[in-house]
Amino acid sequence: MARDVVELQAVGRTYGSDPPVEALRGVDLAIHGGEWVAIVGPSGSGKSTLLNILGCLDHPTVGTYRIDGLDVSRLSDAELTAVRARSIGFVFQSFHLLGYRTALENVMLAELYAGGLRNGRRERALAALERVGMADRREFLPTKLSGGEQQRVAIARALLGSPSLLLCDEPTGNLDSANTASLMSLFDALARQGLTLVVVTHDEEVAATAGRVVRIVDGRIDQEGE
Amino acid sequence: MSPEPPPPPRLPLRELVREAGAGLLARPARVGLTVLGTVIGVGALVATLGLSKTAGNQIVGRFSEVAATDVVITPVPGAIGGDEARTAIPWDAEARLRRLNGVAEAGTLSDVDVRGELVRSVPINDPLGQTDVQLPVKAASPGLWRAVRARLAAGRFPDAGHSERADRIVVLGANAARRLGIRNVEQQPAIFIGDRLYQVAGLVAKVQRQASLLGSVTVPEGTARRDFGLVAPASVQVETDIGAVEVVARQAPRALHPANPALLRVAAPPDPETLRAGVENDLNALFLLLGGVSLLVGALGIANVTLVSVLERVGEIGLRRALGAARRHIAAQFLVESAVMGLLGGIVGASLGTLVVVGVSASRTWTPVLDPWMPLAAPLAGALVGLLSGTYPSLRAAAVEPVEALRAGTQ
Repeated sequence: MARDVVELQAVGRTYGSDPPVEALRGVDLAIHGGEWVAIVGPSGSGKSTLLNILGCLDHPTVGTYRIDGLDVSRLSDAELTAVRARSIGFVFQSFHLLGYRTALENVMLAELYAGGLRNGRRERALAALERVGMADRREFLPTKLSGGEQQRVAIARALLGSPSLLLCDEPTGNLDSANTASLMSLFDALARQGLTLVVVTHDEEVAATAGRVVRIVDGRIDQEGE
Repeated sequence: MSPEPPPPPRLPLRELVREAGAGLLARPARVGLTVLGTVIGVGALVATLGLSKTAGNQIVGRFSEVAATDVVITPVPGAIGGDEARTAIPWDAEARLRRLNGVAEAGTLSDVDVRGELVRSVPINDPLGQTDVQLPVKAASPGLWRAVRARLAAGRFPDAGHSERADRIVVLGANAARRLGIRNVEQQPAIFIGDRLYQVAGLVAKVQRQASLLGSVTVPEGTARRDFGLVAPASVQVETDIGAVEVVARQAPRALHPANPALLRVAAPPDPETLRAGVENDLNALFLLLGGVSLLVGALGIANVTLVSVLERVGEIGLRRALGAARRHIAAQFLVESAVMGLLGGIVGASLGTLVVVGVSASRTWTPVLDPWMPLAAPLAGALVGLLSGTYPSLRAAAVEPVEALRAGTQ
């Protein structure tokens, strides 16, 4: 059995103090390497909070979170930043591509803060674009690309640096059904290649494509299904 | 067994500058307008400093030619000693001073008291021509003409022999000659002072010192002693070598009156360096203030635009944080962007300022003078302005929380 990439134990997150809002309570979740997990739930259910914690963008208030076996729940802000740079690739609903950089430069941005090798960054970025089928669009500015193409570039950026975990926040939220379908088959292919994939979505069709669905309601994991 | 946290992310300076540069290049028009204030500020400062230095040098340059080598010695009026003071300058002053190091030329000059006698040209029958005029009469030693850098229009200057023999000859200044109706010396004109006839030896066209000579009738010193009872030279005009003014000014009174040099007063020009500094200070104060104000306005402009840019690029900040940028990387990027804007403004401003200095100098045929450090220091000053004005916006950018930034920024 593959090692757990993500391991949440009794994780809770409380915002504010007057009155405190419990966005997450007692969440236990383990995700194996190579799994494709969809996190679904109505808005306000806490799935964004869960995503932020999984992405090391936020600390859990209680509980422990291990990523690749490293307990990150008590790491400092700077250390969390380093974990993000090395272990996590992000894909956002609004793509977050820099409008003034070409597709290739946007992908290369992923290794900017990672330390690591400086040589061959261009080649690796090209390979990542190849992986999402966007190599021929490498010199295009994002404004010249369709939504689906922009999201593919964003995925290529997230893949660069071989993260342990690819976190996607509503990746199909701004896409039409044709682009959504094509993105799903890309996710499918990536999952087959052994990438650990977590997709937060409210789209049941997207969730249905995933290997495993985690349903979250009122800050708790309600039900898990295959 | 728990793995170690990964090392903190690093961002080499080269990469940082490249990121900041790309950020700026994405908005060239905005950068251009933002930088304008700094351009004007730095340009005004460079132009002001350059022009005042150029003008200062120009003034000193003119000043050095004549005035910086000018020393005049006169007896102290009303000094204790009465007659002794009036006769403190000896007849051989010229010879005594020429023995001093640093004295190029020297000559004595005195006003002659002609007791109200008029000067007349030889009467001719011209009812309209005025021939009787009241002209000042002066007495000069032979060396004086060289010491005042006199230029002849016609004739010659009297020499030592004329003075010793007390020859009755005169030199007319250009204005005096015009009033007397004398234009040349070829027909050996003569004039009367009172009842005595004097031959006109020379006509002076120009002098660079003692301009009153141009309106005067000047006789040799020996002639003035015999005809008008001149008791002693009234002043000594000295031209020194360049840079020798102070030495000559100190030594001349002792050379002229070793027994009591305090009886003599020396008029020497101020130190040229002090004069130049004075000129520069007067010019500088106002324009430096103007330059400083426009630089301040430029700084506020950069601060304002950088702050707006931070708010606009919240999404980009969130993305960079998600990609592993530490807060300091974000702050550094915006700092470098504003510093580069300031640097650009400084470079353009320094160039424009230098052009202004060169242009103004060319139109006035001055020699442009600019401190060599100026073209280097001005862009640095611009960069410093940019850095300072970028501080607050950068801190704001660094404080942005990635979670909120990613949610807010939909570009």
